[in-house]
This record gives sequence, C-alpha cells and structure tokens, in this order.
Amino acid sequence: MENKRVYFDNAATTMVDRRVLEHMLPFFSEHYGNASSLHLEGIKAYQVVEWSRNQLAQLVQAQPEEIYFTSGGTESNNFAIKGLARSSKKRHIITSPIEHPAVLKTAQSLAREGFTLSFLPIDNKGIVKVEELESMITPNTLLVSVMLGNNEVGTIQPLKELSLITRSKGVLLHSDAVQAVGNMPVDVKDLGVDLMSISAHKFYGPKGIGALFVRKGTNLLPLLDGGEHEQGKRSGTYNTPGIAGLGKACEIALQEMDEFVPRISTLRDDLINKILHQIPEAYINGDLKNRLPGNVHLSLPYVEGEALLLRLDDAGFAVSTGSACSAHNLKISHVLKAMSTDVLCAQGSLRISLGRHNKQEDIDAFVQVLADVARDLRQMSPLYRASKEGDRHV
Amino acid sequence: MYNEIILDHFRKPRNVGVIEDADGVGEVGNAVCGDMMTFYLKVKDDCIVDARYQTFGCGAAIAVSSMVSEMIKGKKIQEVMEMTHKDVSNMLGGLPPQKEHCSNLGIDAVKKAIEDYRAKKACNNTSAVQK
Repeated sequence: MENKRVYFDNAATTMVDRRVLEHMLPFFSEHYGNASSLHLEGIKAYQVVEWSRNQLAQLVQAQPEEIYFTSGGTESNNFAIKGLARSSKKRHIITSPIEHPAVLKTAQSLAREGFTLSFLPIDNKGIVKVEELESMITPNTLLVSVMLGNNEVGTIQPLKELSLITRSKGVLLHSDAVQAVGNMPVDVKDLGVDLMSISAHKFYGPKGIGALFVRKGTNLLPLLDGGEHEQGKRSGTYNTPGIAGLGKACEIALQEMDEFVPRISTLRDDLINKILHQIPEAYINGDLKNRLPGNVHLSLPYVEGEALLLRLDDAGFAVSTGSACSAHNLKISHVLKAMSTDVLCAQGSLRISLGRHNKQEDIDAFVQVLADVARDLRQMSPLYRASKEGDRHV
Repeated sequence: MYNEIILDHFRKPRNVGVIEDADGVGEVGNAVCGDMMTFYLKVKDDCIVDARYQTFGCGAAIAVSSMVSEMIKGKKIQEVMEMTHKDVSNMLGGLPPQKEHCSNLGIDAVKKAIEDYRAKKACNNTSAVQK
C-alpha cells in the first residue's frame, strides 16, 4: 500500500504552517497570562492579541478596531446575522441558495422567529444574479448576506457590484469570506462589505479561531454576554495561542500572496485541463474565470462520488465530494442543486482543493490515478453500460 | 466509517460483470437516489449457478452487491428468496445506520432477477405447450 499522502482538501481545512505553530507555542505555557490582566503576563498576552488584530486588519484593508475575534467562521456568521437582527426592527434578509450552512441555517433560524427570507437567484455557473437584487430590496430589508468564495464549486461572487446596490438602498452587506481571506487578495473597502467572516484554519492557521470584520458605525448586538471583551461585542477570555496563530497566518499570507496566488492558480488550471483532456465526459462545475485559486470541482457521470473518494483515498489522495451518499442526510449538495446540475453529474462530483504544499508532480500523479479509478468504477456501472448501449442504438 | 469486511468487498468486489444470456435480470434503484444495481443470474435445477452484477453507488452499495453475489451462488432459489437485508448486513459485519438501506437494494435486485427468471420460465412453458 502506498504510504505517500497527497492532501487535496484544503477547502475543508489546511495544515498549520510550521511558522504559525512556532509563533503560537509560547502562548500556551510561557506567556499564558489573561490578556485582560494588568500584570506583565497579561500584557504579553494582550500585545499578541493586538499585534494579530493589526495583521488581520492589514490583510483585509480594515481598521484594527473593526476586527472582532471569534471562535471561527460559524460563530462569525451567526454573530453577524443574529447580531444585526437583534439590533434592528427590520425583518427581511436576503441571502443566496449556495451559502454555507453556517449562513443558511442561521437565516432559517431567524425565519422561524418571524423574519422573511429571500434568495438571490444564481446562474448555472454558481454566481448570483446581481441584476435581481435591487428589486428584491424592500424598506423592511435589513441585510444581504452573500459569500465571497463558494466552498464547493469555488465561484467568486460579485460583492463589489452587490455593495453598490446595498449602499444605494441603505441595506447592510455581510459576506462569509472564509474560503477567500488568506487565499486571494481581499479588500473590505474595495468590496464594500459592512461585515465579513474570517476563519484562520482555511489559510494555514489553527482551528477554533476566526474573526468578524464590522465596519465602524455598524450597530450589532453581541451573541455572548459576559466579561465585555472585544468592545463589549464578544465576551470570553482571549484565546491567545489561537489569536497569535491567526495573526502569524495573516502576516505570512500578506507576505506570500503575490507568489502563492499565481502559482496555485496555474496548478489549478493545469489540473482542469488535464482532467478535461484525459477523462472522457468529465465536466468542470462552476466558473472557469471567477474561481478561488485552489478550487477544482468536477463531475464524472455514471459513478458515485463517495466510491470515487474512497478509491482515491486508498491511492493516497484526500479529496471531497458533494454526492448524496456521502452526506449524512443522503441529499445531494444544495449548491449543485441550486446550480441545476444534472443529477447524474451531481452524484459523481469531486472537489479537489489545492494548497500551498501541493506540487506539479501531485497534479500529474492524481490525474493518472483519477483516470484509472473512473474507468474502473464506470466499468462496473449499469448507468455507463446503458449510456453506451444508447449510443449504439443511435 | 466502514468496517474492514465492507472495505475489503468495496476494494475488491467479487463477481462483477454482466451475463449476456442470463436466465434472470433484476434492476433496482435509480441515479436520483444515488444507487442503482443490476443483478444477472444463471439458474440450473432451481439452483443459482452464476451471479454477476453492475452497481452504481457508494462504498456500501458496492460492498453489498459483492457480498450478495457470494451469498447466493450455489444456493437454491427458495433459500435465496428467504434471505433478508439483515442477513446481508450481518455478513458485512453491520452497515452504518444511514447506509442500512443499501442492503435492501442488493436483496431486492436478486429477488427481482428471480421473479424475472420465473416469469420467463412460465412464458417458455406456455409457448412449449402451445407448440
């Protein structure tokens, strides 16, 4: 059995960068003070919290006081949406059908409390239809929440165009940007977002730490009451090792962005081309241009995603799928469904998310294995046989 | 998630294939639900002498079809008709709860193939009488 592993699931989580880990370690047992304490131990902890806040603010072009640390993407999305809902009398929220469950379920939870939800339609490439937004906004609309980079098919949403509309209508714009921040240039001023969710473990930082960007002057109420940390908006003792790690991950992302983005994008495009050329009937989902640098999302008709995933895992490759069988609820991905993907294609979907550690040789080896696995599983698929017989009859 | 027996059958599925002159063919499932299985049987003296299948589906679905093919080969039709999905699941050392339905699929496909065989046989007998 092959021992070498190739990790192609960087959209799920990334490996903590060695430099990040080293930066975190002293904050466990050396500078272990509570960042709210006034003694030296506390000051050391406080300093790293503020240093990290600055790093993140620089990475996304925000002001440090606009950054609130949270436990990660899920909390940030809950905080943004529920926090705003509690601070306003407006009762209408617009989101998209391809959001992460941390946004969708949060919005649905508010709908059960009496909020009205509307969904901005998307096209079959997985991009929201900006032109539909204006007519959906009513005087009762509080918020539009649209993600920046889709976690499944990798599409980059037109936030800047959406913000021109939300601004002119006096509606707030939130974006779940956990897939994008640290992996591509993100500028809150340029995008025009009022709130933005960030997660460290999506860009080589630790799990369990994230942040919410909240534009100055935006009123939102806290979810967690307690010791009034983070300007009273997010109570809870500072997770200093996590925050230190997030800060370091931001610093590295900022330094290496110019090298990283073109390199990963080139690998991605090479992988896409090789798949399309070497695997019959393979189909790439999403948009080829407006795409996260590391995202490849494909469909292989006649085979099922979980079977593909397990075979690839056996061959040493870690990938992900949106097939129904792999999901705990046995339903196909809501993203592929919203994109009106053919059901056969949705069942045979695979997500390959490239990261910093992936190399050209990994891509080449993967395509070879994928071609073999696809051939093998199609060979035993009654659907494949039926389609070939259909061809013969034509 | 899957135990070693299931993984073994998934990795090396037994008896995969199509019998062109099968005595009975049974197909269950569809692409929408994500599982589809076609069983092909050769029958001699009320005994299943060969069983092949094609499966579109997840790891559990493939393992189930492989296990079912082994369980029914050489068995009397009556014995096979009495098998339940629980027997298949037990032979595989237990399926994860959300995959339990896959075991139905295997048994259903085989029983459908047997019905097909019986229907064909009845039809042949009728035509023989008519001659």
